[in-house]
Amino acid sequence: MKKKISPMTRKSFVTYGLLLIVFIAVEIMMNTGNISSMLKGLLVPVCVYSILAVSLNLTVGILGELSLGQAGFMCIGAYSSAIFSNLVKDTITQPLIRFPLAIIIGGICAALFGILIGIPVLRLRGDYLAIVTLAFGEIIKNVFAALYIGYDSTGLHFSLKSQGDLGLGADGKMIINGALGISGTPNDSTFEIAAAILFITLIIAYNFVNSRTGRAVMSIRDNRIAAESVGINITKYKLITFGLTAFLAGVAGVLYSHNFYSLQASKFDYNMSILVLVFVVLGGIGSIRGSVIAAVVLTMLPEYLRSINNYRMLFYAVILIVMMICTSNATIRNFFVHNFEKLKGLIFKNKSKTVKEAE
Amino acid sequence: MKFAKKLMALSLAAVMAGSCLTACGDSSKSDEKGSEDTIVIGGSGPLTGGAAQYGVAVKNAAQLAVDEINEAGGVNGVKFKLVFEDDEADGGDKAVNAYNSLKDKGMQVMLGTVTTGSCLAIIDKTKSDNIFQLTPSASAQDVIKNDNTFQVCFTDPNQGKASADYIADNNIAKKIAIIYDSSDAYSSGIYNTFKTEAQEKGLDIVAEQSFTKDSKTDFSAQISAAKSAEAELIFLPIYYQEASLILAQCKSADFAPKFFGCDGLDGILSVDNFDKSLAEGVMLLTPFAADATDDDTQKFVKAYKEKYKDETPNQFAADAYDGVKIIAKLVEKESIKGNMKASEICDKLKKAISDGFSYDGLTGKGMTWSSEGAVSKNPKAVVIKDGNYASL
Repeated sequence: MKKKISPMTRKSFVTYGLLLIVFIAVEIMMNTGNISSMLKGLLVPVCVYSILAVSLNLTVGILGELSLGQAGFMCIGAYSSAIFSNLVKDTITQPLIRFPLAIIIGGICAALFGILIGIPVLRLRGDYLAIVTLAFGEIIKNVFAALYIGYDSTGLHFSLKSQGDLGLGADGKMIINGALGISGTPNDSTFEIAAAILFITLIIAYNFVNSRTGRAVMSIRDNRIAAESVGINITKYKLITFGLTAFLAGVAGVLYSHNFYSLQASKFDYNMSILVLVFVVLGGIGSIRGSVIAAVVLTMLPEYLRSINNYRMLFYAVILIVMMICTSNATIRNFFVHNFEKLKGLIFKNKSKTVKEAE
Repeated sequence: MKFAKKLMALSLAAVMAGSCLTACGDSSKSDEKGSEDTIVIGGSGPLTGGAAQYGVAVKNAAQLAVDEINEAGGVNGVKFKLVFEDDEADGGDKAVNAYNSLKDKGMQVMLGTVTTGSCLAIIDKTKSDNIFQLTPSASAQDVIKNDNTFQVCFTDPNQGKASADYIADNNIAKKIAIIYDSSDAYSSGIYNTFKTEAQEKGLDIVAEQSFTKDSKTDFSAQISAAKSAEAELIFLPIYYQEASLILAQCKSADFAPKFFGCDGLDGILSVDNFDKSLAEGVMLLTPFAADATDDDTQKFVKAYKEKYKDETPNQFAADAYDGVKIIAKLVEKESIKGNMKASEICDKLKKAISDGFSYDGLTGKGMTWSSEGAVSKNPKAVVIKDGNYASL
């Protein structure tokens, strides 16, 4: 049995198992009413940020390119799905039908834009790519912030100037109100759905890394020229990764927009992109499980620091710096790893002996 | 074998994590119900970040009002307790998190939120939890779409309309330029109604210039557009920080039109390193002027200055002070006790506030509310004179 499971598969199943246990624990707490409102409110955002971090990790960790446009793709997913849900909320009243449709629409729209943007952008490398993706993220955000969409009996109306320019009829309704954003989106996101999507995201990510495509992508990361010389189509694999990242970010955006009553484009600024990048870097570039853990911890941290009031953002920053030092400094890391091994040795003293003897 | 070991380690870790989380969950036990003689008022606003001045002013003034009520023995023997959380003026998860932690602290009535964006994010939560919500300063029309939310301040459409009316009726200027923040709900809300009303009143809007949150430091393009259109007045439906920059940059561009703003300009005199002489003659529509001579205002300003190191209260402080006093009055009228459930309090308060209730406060006399939630009071214009706000 030991021989049959590859280390990668085991790794992925440990992550699934961890997630499942946390999910069950939270479910039990929710059903016994043993959960604070704050934690309950954090559940969906935590899943959203985890999905974002995992998806960005595919580009940053597996493809090895720095992308700062994550918030832009999230914005596309959030807006397109919110428009859809607002349009059909009177005709499709069953959220279990409406919401999956919204997720698919949001994900596909984001993926389309990801590929469109990826075609010119992925010719660049390194810092240049980071700058251009950052710019695209900002463009997307600003376009949505200036967009007015309304509908009446004659159909949809668009404007980039002001509400008055739409020329809506008396029965008209605003969908996107410029900087005021979208309001009235049905709150379809539940923790169960969000957790299920996080689960699917993890399965996609692990299988992607372990697939033929994933190995090709990693070979591009490790040595572009060598990869090209053995006949790997670099543009194709880069686009696949970028598109997948955009798709998952879009799905996260759908979950996000359906969790709040109102949605403003200003939320999806570069701070959001950088926040997600921080999750990826702190969780360990290339480590999918690490991304999830970092996203969960760093989303919850500022809320649990509320008791120290105005100093909490200061503390948050200090903790970030300390974590960064601890994870990047080899001496400190070895210290932890060493002690952890020792601890493990203490707990499983007998068992490790038998394992050694067997070997 | 090894796999089984890992599994065991995992389950142990999970048990640990689970117990941690349950410990966090304990605070919810005190949910909704307070002790017999205390009502918990929850406030939410930006205490950090760009809009912190508003949040801090609201928090301070609300605390002042609560202290005053408690020192006087409370309302029918019921005392108040204020808990305040930071929402960073965020329109998404931060506002909801702040609201949720207020709920964990046993909030029964909500005074908040301070900014419009955060308020929009939580109104449906207060609706589904049925918590009475009175916002001191979130002014968008959408804020009061639910029947449990009421405003102390004017709604944006009213502000834009009132500004245009004021300019037209008092013949202040004919050629008007507007500089507004198109990425901000408050600013573009006022802009939209101002434009409509100005056209009706025959005012000539010669330039409409916008900026966004990301480009709010250099306004030379907007200013030169207004200048070349020969505007006599620049209407600034924006917050004070950008306005202070616009004033300074107009000066260096040798352009001296009149300036007119809304309540967002309140606070401009407390900007650090701001040359107050630049703001001389700026008019703004705000319901409160700290140098008004009536007794209530003077008493409030004096108490506020004593308590908070000589800080002059702004309109947000006045709105919050009124907000707490309004809640206190309603609590007295309905003889509400501290051990009532939040939703029970909400049902009584929302009926009481629109049912012939009238309040004389710092920000207006004879304030009344419709069941929709909008307040009816008279707008006041103030002008900045000798480095102070003076009634116009």
